[in-house]
Amino acid sequence: MTEFTRSLDTAADPQGLRRIVIDPVSRVEGHGKVTLLLDDQQRLQQVRLHIVEFRGFEQFIVGRPYWEVPVMVQRLCGICPVSHHLAASKALDRVVGGWPVPEAADRIRRLMHYGQIVQSHALHFFHLSSPDLLFGFDAAVAQRNIVGVAMAHPEAARQGVMLRKFGQEVIRITSGKRVHGTGSVPGGMNRAVTREDRDALRAQLPQVLAWAETAVDLAQRLHTGLPPAYEHFGETPAAMMSLIGPAGAMELYDGTLRLREADGRIAVDGFEDQRYRELIDEAVKPWTYMKFPYRRALGPEAGWYRVGPLARLQNCDHIPTPRAEARRQAFVAAHGGRPVHAVLATHWARMIELLHGVEVITQLLDDPVILGGPLQATGKRQRSGVGIIEAPRGTLIHEYEVGDDDLVTRCNLIVSTTHNNQAMNEAVRSVALQYLDGQTITEPLLNHLEVAIRAYDPCLSCATHALGQMPLSVTLRGSDGEVLDHVLRSSTGQTQRGATPHPMERAQ
Amino acid sequence: MNAGVPALLVLAWGNPSRGDDALGPLLAERLLAQAEAASCSDRVEVLTDFQLQVEHALDLVDRERILFVDAALDLAAPFTVHSLRPARGGGIGSHALAPEAVLQVYQDLLGHPPPPAMLLAIRASAFDLGTAPGVQALADLEQAFTWARGWLAGKHTAEEVTA
Repeated sequence: MTEFTRSLDTAADPQGLRRIVIDPVSRVEGHGKVTLLLDDQQRLQQVRLHIVEFRGFEQFIVGRPYWEVPVMVQRLCGICPVSHHLAASKALDRVVGGWPVPEAADRIRRLMHYGQIVQSHALHFFHLSSPDLLFGFDAAVAQRNIVGVAMAHPEAARQGVMLRKFGQEVIRITSGKRVHGTGSVPGGMNRAVTREDRDALRAQLPQVLAWAETAVDLAQRLHTGLPPAYEHFGETPAAMMSLIGPAGAMELYDGTLRLREADGRIAVDGFEDQRYRELIDEAVKPWTYMKFPYRRALGPEAGWYRVGPLARLQNCDHIPTPRAEARRQAFVAAHGGRPVHAVLATHWARMIELLHGVEVITQLLDDPVILGGPLQATGKRQRSGVGIIEAPRGTLIHEYEVGDDDLVTRCNLIVSTTHNNQAMNEAVRSVALQYLDGQTITEPLLNHLEVAIRAYDPCLSCATHALGQMPLSVTLRGSDGEVLDHVLRSSTGQTQRGATPHPMERAQ
Repeated sequence: MNAGVPALLVLAWGNPSRGDDALGPLLAERLLAQAEAASCSDRVEVLTDFQLQVEHALDLVDRERILFVDAALDLAAPFTVHSLRPARGGGIGSHALAPEAVLQVYQDLLGHPPPPAMLLAIRASAFDLGTAPGVQALADLEQAFTWARGWLAGKHTAEEVTA
């Protein structure tokens, strides 16, 4: 399947093909767009996921004083700002000679990070993905969202909201604010956790832990209850990359890089994060702004890989918290010990990580070191630094060079969605071939594509929005470019046929 | 009402580093300064965020009135105001929710209607990363701020307004 799907990257003669554009993909951020080129027999000749907003991040950072960077990078992403905050801090720890940071700072940063994991995973599962699983891929648009879940499954919806709130509170007590926090600085932290805040969160832990267990139960039940036709939905065998802790433990804040082949063999292990450029490079394609990272040893065509919950869960040898480890073992056993590459399994993996996050938060809140002590380290200054963290959606890399005048002279960011660029394209092609090739294009069928993309929880330049900016538009063009049909679905779920195509549709 | 919760909530969203998307947070910032200058900051809470999310429903609890503030494309007027009611089906386009959907989440979670809420939408046109709000957007913000001061003082009720 993989070889065949790759052949859909570029059609031999795109000029003579009809074009269908899905723009933007609903429930992901920014401007994601899927283009399908069909020949006269309705056979797929080209399938591409376009992400047209990932640009300008580096220019946004270069020229700024390095100490501003951990705060400013939060504005790159409205849904995982803490991940950028911490990845930038880790990179700049190296620049100021403040690595390793003091024990208290390390623990508080970890607490902040796992609060982000819990918050983000809860949002994705309950708000974005559980509607697909609870109501089916063909359900009405108006039902496929959190308010639809709240109506049909009020307790699940309530727990999703409360888990989000808990994660947000963890972020607030560590970063200083719910959003735009300033807690983490190059070399450490500028604040400790107060006893009052810690105790308030500890009081909630028994309930939060129970909710997290219930969330795993729900994800597992929904996954194992999927119709057999969806067992291999969006299946795309891929290598898996993530940070790994000591003795092969799952590690989301700091560790070394591990790459595991699609068949389960470990290809690279213990790779130091500061040398990541020796392991991966980034390729550019003319039809999208987003780069395609690949393993240098294998090259751009064969070297793509997957990051995120499904990769992390299978890349580690164990999870260092007991409840999540038991759930990981159940996940492995349910699949006969074989590597899992079906994208819908990502939701189950994501909820196991959420449970792990709550367990880690429990441990950290019990550690008195978070209440104070030395918070910042300094040392010999160096020109550059790399910070790698496992953000909710996968591996996040920040790299900076800083001049003698303290201004950032170079910046390179590889965000989780970029790592998954090729994997998402492969998943879209797999689903398109299985469900759309030769079929009449209908809205429920198009949603199958969206379901596959949503499993990766892509963040497409997420921090921009405005009222009325997120329609779903589908355009069918003849080989001469004439618009044969156009459907516009508004952000409130209303569908209008015959409207003017969205301006972005003209892109490739 | 909970005695510890300010009666009025201003909930503004947008990215301060994305051009006109900053209008919501900018108005919130000025409104808070206005409240502090008028010594009534204990009566109003001002929150800002990048996007509206499900947990914002919990911020509405025990309020007397709520004002949502956002930048908006395709407005003919500098700003518009209208009352909000809970509605399902909003927010399918992103991780974020529409304000009507936040009200719906509130109603579903708590089992009763949310407090009266209005949306102040400020005209916007450009959202490029790393840019400041445009001249026209800032002029529109001034007019919206004047209206919002009146809301803070209790002068505006649930009527629709187009400036």
